[in-house]
Amino acid sequence: MTRQPDASAIVSLDRVRISFPIYQGGSRSLKKRMLFRGSAGRIGRDAGDQIVIEALREVSVSLGAGDRVALIGANGAGKTTLLRAIAGIYEPVQGEVVTRGRISPMFDLNVGIDGDLSGFDNIHLRALLLGLTPSEIERRMPEIVEFTELGDHLEMPVRTYSAGMILRLSFAVATCFEPEILLMDEWILAGDAQFMAKAETRVSRFVERATVVVLASHNLDLCSRWCNTGIWLDRGSIREIGPIDQVIRQYQTFVSKGGAR
Amino acid sequence: MPAGNQRNRQFALAVADFTAAVGFWPLWTRLGWNDILYRYRRSTLGPFWSTVNIAITVIALGLVYSQIFKLPVAQLMPHVCAGLIAWGFISSVMLDAGSLFSGSESYIRQIRLPYLLYVCRFVFGKVALVAHDLPIYFILLLYFQIWPGAVALCAIPGLVLLVINAAFASLTIGMASARFRDIPRILASLVQILFLVTPIIWTPDLLGPQSYLAQANPFFHLIEIVRAPLLGVLPSALTLWVTLAITVVNGLVAGCFFLRFRGRIAYWI
Repeated sequence: MTRQPDASAIVSLDRVRISFPIYQGGSRSLKKRMLFRGSAGRIGRDAGDQIVIEALREVSVSLGAGDRVALIGANGAGKTTLLRAIAGIYEPVQGEVVTRGRISPMFDLNVGIDGDLSGFDNIHLRALLLGLTPSEIERRMPEIVEFTELGDHLEMPVRTYSAGMILRLSFAVATCFEPEILLMDEWILAGDAQFMAKAETRVSRFVERATVVVLASHNLDLCSRWCNTGIWLDRGSIREIGPIDQVIRQYQTFVSKGGAR
Repeated sequence: MPAGNQRNRQFALAVADFTAAVGFWPLWTRLGWNDILYRYRRSTLGPFWSTVNIAITVIALGLVYSQIFKLPVAQLMPHVCAGLIAWGFISSVMLDAGSLFSGSESYIRQIRLPYLLYVCRFVFGKVALVAHDLPIYFILLLYFQIWPGAVALCAIPGLVLLVINAAFASLTIGMASARFRDIPRILASLVQILFLVTPIIWTPDLLGPQSYLAQANPFFHLIEIVRAPLLGVLPSALTLWVTLAITVVNGLVAGCFFLRFRGRIAYWI
């Protein structure tokens, strides 16, 4: 792990800055915008008052093969934003994000689930969404079906499923292929205990196969089990980066002191 | 980073978005088709409701307006039918493109997919729906014993031009509406007015010496490029040139918009 971008880096961020403009009612309206333009700021002044939230500031990091990174930090520290920046969802205002290899984002497992389609159709749809080709899907279908343990339910529309059954379905699809860059948000902790026990073995196998893993979680125990590197984010910047145990210790000391700034 | 470099990078990213979107065709054809099914879910006729809807409109308007305009039903009804099919496509693109990106918020925020994939999905759905309206045209041909001849095949390139324009326009509208949420409302009023001022249920010659009122309307030409061949007439050279010009302008606007603001879509929605 180095801070300098190098040729072997699989994920590298160079002074990445991401800020979210807050579009409050006024600035979203074209009419107000026109009025604002036309009257040199007399009418509809609110259109110009744009608040910007700095979610990431000058974040530089470079990850190579074998890096398993845990993002830790308080709520709103920028963990999810950083994950989404690596996933290419938010393009940075400044700086650069370079990734090599297929990215497997596991943020919201329910995206693309269509309640009126059958379980099979939803598996197909989700797999397409993750970039699998129809023939790959065909090949992996038996394994996916087996893992869901849903059997004949797969013929039924997904809207008849319980939340846990939907989770199984999307989980099975999400973990059915070889991940390269695996990005995970803390959803892992949701779900019923029985399924999670089984899911965890599958996820940890999945995590092992991935070249680079980035996990954002509040569960420090999980972080230290799965990851070898820790990044402590604080209000959009990297506060500490290093071996996982060391970063967790520093973070815990900080939190136990009441998070004094 | 120098400005020129930055521009090249944006260009490369936009092109990459396009090629990636094309490669995702199994996904967007499926999503586009699901959109249609979703809309007509659990109704007996499914997407053919759109067919029934147009059929009733064509018959009702054709009968009444042929009396008002003192035109033979056999002339006005196919005209109304072809016009309504083309207009149905154009207007539904204008009305629904506003939610192109903002309606896919859950996807855009969770997974990186090419933005143009959403455009493909949208346009595919609209084309598939128009395909359901075409049978009415053929039924009318049979009923009135009209044979438009080989000229009717010219409607195909016309339709292709319409689809290309739909893709460009929906990209522009989708991006602009993601940023400014009142654009769909503006378009909704515009579509209503356009339906009345464009020769769809009436013919341009009814304007008499003032037929320039129709000729000056770009939407007249967009409809005419498909409607004329369907009625057995070649579109006029003016119609062809205007349509091509609209396509170029439309493409330039959409292209510039996409080059400049592609990266901002995720922040806007």
